[in-house]
Amino acid sequence: MIWILFVLIFWGAMWAVNVRLAAGPQTQLTKILVPTLFGITLLVLWEGLVRGFSISPILLPPPSMIAQRFATSLPILWEDFVQTFIKGALSGYFIGCSAAFLTAIAVDRSDFLKRGLLPIGNFVAALPIIGMAPILVMWFGFDWQSKAAVVVIMVFFPMLVNTVAGLNAKDKFQDDLMKTYAASYWQNLLKLKLPAAMPFIFNGLKICTTLALIGAIVAEFFGSPIRGMGFRISTEVGRLSLDMVWAEITVAALAGSAFYGTMALIEKAVTFWHPSQRN
Amino acid sequence: MTRLASFWHKAGPVLCILLVLIAVWYGAAVALNAAWAKDKAARAGTELTFSELVSDTMSQEKPLLPAPHQVAQEIYKTTVLKKITSKRSLIWHGWITLSATLLGFVFGTALGVLLAVGIVHSRAMDMSVMPWVITSQTIPILAVAPMVIVVLNAVGVSGLLPKAIISMYLSFFPVVVGMVKGLRAPDHMQLDQMRTWNASNNTTFWKLRLPSSMPYFFASLKIAIAASLVGAIVGELPTGAVAGLGARLLAGSYYGQTIQIWSALICAAVLAAALVALIGVIERATLKRMGMQQ
Amino acid sequence: MNQTVISAQNLSLTFQTNDGPVHALKDINLDIDKGDFVSFIGPSGCGKTTFLRVMADLETPTSGTVTVNGMSPAEARMKRAYGYVFQAAGLYPWRTIGGNIRLPLEIMGYSREEQAKRVANVLELVELEGFDKKFPWQLSGGMQQRASIARALAFDADILLMDEPFGALDEIVRDHLNEQLLKLWARTEKTIGFVTHSIPEAVFLSTKIVVMSPRPGRIADVIDSTLPRDRTLDIRETQEFADIAHRVREGLRAGHAYD
Repeated sequence: MIWILFVLIFWGAMWAVNVRLAAGPQTQLTKILVPTLFGITLLVLWEGLVRGFSISPILLPPPSMIAQRFATSLPILWEDFVQTFIKGALSGYFIGCSAAFLTAIAVDRSDFLKRGLLPIGNFVAALPIIGMAPILVMWFGFDWQSKAAVVVIMVFFPMLVNTVAGLNAKDKFQDDLMKTYAASYWQNLLKLKLPAAMPFIFNGLKICTTLALIGAIVAEFFGSPIRGMGFRISTEVGRLSLDMVWAEITVAALAGSAFYGTMALIEKAVTFWHPSQRN
Repeated sequence: MTRLASFWHKAGPVLCILLVLIAVWYGAAVALNAAWAKDKAARAGTELTFSELVSDTMSQEKPLLPAPHQVAQEIYKTTVLKKITSKRSLIWHGWITLSATLLGFVFGTALGVLLAVGIVHSRAMDMSVMPWVITSQTIPILAVAPMVIVVLNAVGVSGLLPKAIISMYLSFFPVVVGMVKGLRAPDHMQLDQMRTWNASNNTTFWKLRLPSSMPYFFASLKIAIAASLVGAIVGELPTGAVAGLGARLLAGSYYGQTIQIWSALICAAVLAAALVALIGVIERATLKRMGMQQ
Repeated sequence: MNQTVISAQNLSLTFQTNDGPVHALKDINLDIDKGDFVSFIGPSGCGKTTFLRVMADLETPTSGTVTVNGMSPAEARMKRAYGYVFQAAGLYPWRTIGGNIRLPLEIMGYSREEQAKRVANVLELVELEGFDKKFPWQLSGGMQQRASIARALAFDADILLMDEPFGALDEIVRDHLNEQLLKLWARTEKTIGFVTHSIPEAVFLSTKIVVMSPRPGRIADVIDSTLPRDRTLDIRETQEFADIAHRVREGLRAGHAYD
């Protein structure tokens, strides 16, 4: 009971602080402080409610227990991270995105291909491609190669659609300008089309970071060697040691956010000129 | 006449590429399945002619890659020829997945819209919740799916609901992000106009913000329903291949029934396409009535 | 001296649209001499922009011929005979002002030193010295348009085609840029084709004013200006200026009566 009371008071207090902060002038500090306080509140709520209602840690382990588990299983978590993220997701992401990028550039030269491939690309981007996982596991074996293959086909179409859209994004005056200069195809591509396409390309790259991680993890549910984040999650769920599952999910969340954040940082550096990046 | 021409202008290239894809599929089926056919012939001590080889690659029971017509036959067999109450009917499995998808989609949309309304009206909520909503999109949420299923099973919740919860989880993010954008779509001039009429927050919401958000709303619904279907399929994996399209995928991969996997996959694709198209139809009708689209 | 640079004979251009054919240009005949400043004026839809685009080989005529320096527009384009300035500045946001002006020079294969020399030179011409490291979006609209003119001047095109370059600017900035443009024209001795909506602008700038009328787009009147080549803004107060403006207005009205 005391836990629940504490949690409610803490929640109220934090919310009051946040309302205060939000009403005040917006600075760099409040922009970070407000969501951080909110995040801490959520964790305290979780911890307090689990203890207060004495929920079995088998069903929902409190954050403190997860943190402890995280700290004591670092070697396993690292091994899984390397297997799933570095080998599976990252290599698949790299291959898939480059293949889509090159395809987009090839397709862009032909209006016929563009009109044919774009609707199909848009259609496939909405399909549950993750279902291809069992087939690819069958073709490429249990190890990371099949996970990379799943990632490749998952990221290919979103990346293709975004890049093709980007290559069409230049404005008409700029296109005509290149024509009055009698610029060659490659000059036009390098000096106008690619730079103008960058915001779209990075949009695709950012979407694909999440897809890559999901693809690599879920593909492991269909068969994997005895390491990897997806493997660990499905086996530990079976053994009901949920603190380990949550620790893996934490790793996945950190990896996902870091991956996305890295792409967002590169985007900021490359497309500094775009209105959305200029403030 | 011009209408027909413009139809072909649009559909022609798509059909062409589809035909090429099917041809590639056949070619790949021959190439991938040839090894097994040759192997079998060698063990039987016979030599295969080219036409025998091709026909064998198209009719194996567990081919590496089934030919399109094999998948089509399987789909026909498991939809039209089976009673829909049968456990072997693909329609039955599809319905199980669909019901979880729709339930989760409705929950997710409702939750997403509510959250977006809160975010647009409360600065504190905007500043504290929005960054987390965006961060959470970078997290592979599907990884949580098995745990949600197992935990809910342990407390006695099973069947439709756990899958719907995963679907809800996946579909609510696009709705929040899209709706926040949509409810903020009215520009300063339109909002100032409302102020000059001394309209209340409530009136501004119903007369300006909500109508302006409709194009964004439908765009995010399309993403949400596709995500919801993925959620339902993945949600069916950890329950041990009982029912649903996800279960068909898993069972197929256990027993190497590639034809079954492909037919479940095509079925899922058709379902996704139909759902997105349905929302597209509702979108067009609504926006047309609201005068936002011709 | 009076050497013909651009010559159009029986030029027509028809666009095929869903609502049937649109006659953007019909039976256009016009000669432009070297060193002329020619304005094209008329209501929207009269084909003045289309005509400029045909000269630059951005549109292909349906019938009739255009020659530029005795060549077809396509050949002239390959020889980089044009500097073109569009309605919007169209600067690349990812390049600095200097980088934008360097763009045509890079494409045309000028050496590094030559590029730097020319960029400094044209920046001085349009009075943007010291702005070469700035990005376009850090400059005002008028400065952006000046930069886009500098970009068109950077290489040795002897024809400058300008499509309503000052249309989006306010009148005070516009007057200033008009005066600058005349000075530039005097210094560089280029042939200029200039599309505008504004009667005072056309009269103030031009040695030859081409009045056009819509549906189908054709030439209603060609006025050779009697104003001296060397002029200042004060000239707009003179009777001579008013007379020419009056004739332009008459031409525009006659074109509308055709409707």
